[in-house]
Amino acid sequence: MGGLMEVAQNFYEVVETTCRDLYIQSLKEIPPDVVDAIKRAAARETKEVAKRIFSHYLRSIELGQKDNMMVCQDTGIPIYWVEIGGNVRFDGAKLTTAIIKGTERATREHPLRSSIVAPISRENRQTSTGERIPIIHYDFVPDSDEIDILFMPKGSGSENMSFMRMLVPADGINGVKKFVLENVVGAGAKPCPPMVVGIGIGGSSDLCMTLAKKATTRPVGSKNPDPKIAAIEQELFEAINSTGIGPQGLGGDTTALGVHIESAWTHITCNPVAVNIQCWRAERRRAKISTSGQVTIGF
Amino acid sequence: MAEFRFKTPLAESDVRQLHVGDSVLLDGVIFGVRDGNLIRVFDKNVAPPCDWKGAALLHTAPNVKKVNGKYVPVCVGTTTSMRMDRFTEGLLRDYGVRAILGKGGMSQRTAELMKQYGAVYLSVTGGAAAMETLQIEEIEKVYWEDLMPECIWQIRFKGLGPLTVGIDAHGGNLQMDVQAQANAKAAEIMKKMGLA
Ligand code: SF4
Repeated sequence: MGGLMEVAQNFYEVVETTCRDLYIQSLKEIPPDVVDAIKRAAARETKEVAKRIFSHYLRSIELGQKDNMMVCQDTGIPIYWVEIGGNVRFDGAKLTTAIIKGTERATREHPLRSSIVAPISRENRQTSTGERIPIIHYDFVPDSDEIDILFMPKGSGSENMSFMRMLVPADGINGVKKFVLENVVGAGAKPCPPMVVGIGIGGSSDLCMTLAKKATTRPVGSKNPDPKIAAIEQELFEAINSTGIGPQGLGGDTTALGVHIESAWTHITCNPVAVNIQCWRAERRRAKISTSGQVTIGF
Repeated sequence: MAEFRFKTPLAESDVRQLHVGDSVLLDGVIFGVRDGNLIRVFDKNVAPPCDWKGAALLHTAPNVKKVNGKYVPVCVGTTTSMRMDRFTEGLLRDYGVRAILGKGGMSQRTAELMKQYGAVYLSVTGGAAAMETLQIEEIEKVYWEDLMPECIWQIRFKGLGPLTVGIDAHGGNLQMDVQAQANAKAAEIMKKMGLA
């Protein structure tokens, strides 16, 4: 275990430019696990219309990778999941400022469409930022010397398909499964299927929804480490894929690329469940930044 | 499932040939619309500053940049159509629109109106905006720039698509049919899982 490490002088500038790059690149390069899942789904598809749609997905993925184009037009709500190593000594307020500035710079310098407006006046500052936006989640991990930033430009087609309910303990896990299936099937074509279904179980209402969203950031098809939960993931995955909604809801063999559950303990009287959906592009991009300002990019 | 290619503006006889699942390519001017500008047209009663007779309207809000005072596309894609569902009647009846392009499908009510007035819903592949962007020849005009990015965009395409006919002018509604089948299937599965 290393000792405490003060960040380098240029650290916050590095964070700023890294966040700018994460935003721009996340819109262009689809994560490899997502690409593989789309390729597998395309290969096994039997319906003609669905095959056509998959070919459009694959063409757009390729244009993003090879021609540096944005794959989808939705620049989304910028969301950062920041994990800070316990050994890192830094100024948290400066870190937040750097992340916000990086977001604004991506929007101005690329340029990107600003998709962020005030909730009542609908004013758009054309910066992709505003009150409490970008959304930044901070977490801390022991024995680490780096800062891990996972960015997602969360598209609205799928974000609008978010569902939460405070079930009661008597509803049990069956109530949870039923809630998930009803809402995912009800979302139908709207979240640009095939989708990644994120499910939160437990916690308080707000934590439950955060867990559902966090679940969508896992590599597609990864399993929850708890075998009981992994079994529920698999059961729901098969159920959703047997509905035939297919790509763009035009009918097909694959409706979900993955079903991921994250859980937390809850109150004796509570049984919360939340669903948050990622569309087929399931964009995310990660940077690990060392205290000396070294950046490693991943997904 | 047949394949078609049309030039805008569309005639009623063009769209009446189409059936759900068919594939269509479009050439010519297509107007980008969405929440903000349609709210202005229908809720604030401001007539659109362009002619929509025979028009194809695309649900979009593009990413653009200005080069020498002119908008050029960065990334132009498609948004969820259902949010604009309540504007269908006015668009078909008052303005003579022949095709609405978007993603996710539209309601049974829209399907009835399309049958009555002779119009179609063409499903654009949502999220595949990179492909769509390359099919643009020019952003010819932008109306209501104060609504940026929810202006009305007059965009000339070459071979936009292939689009999938989601709603035809004969009452067919592919996405709604798929949804109804999915609902029935889900009810069956939930019963098997002991959830019903
Ligand atoms: S739902 Fe996702 S893939 Fe579809 S248009 Fe929105 S951001 Fe793009």
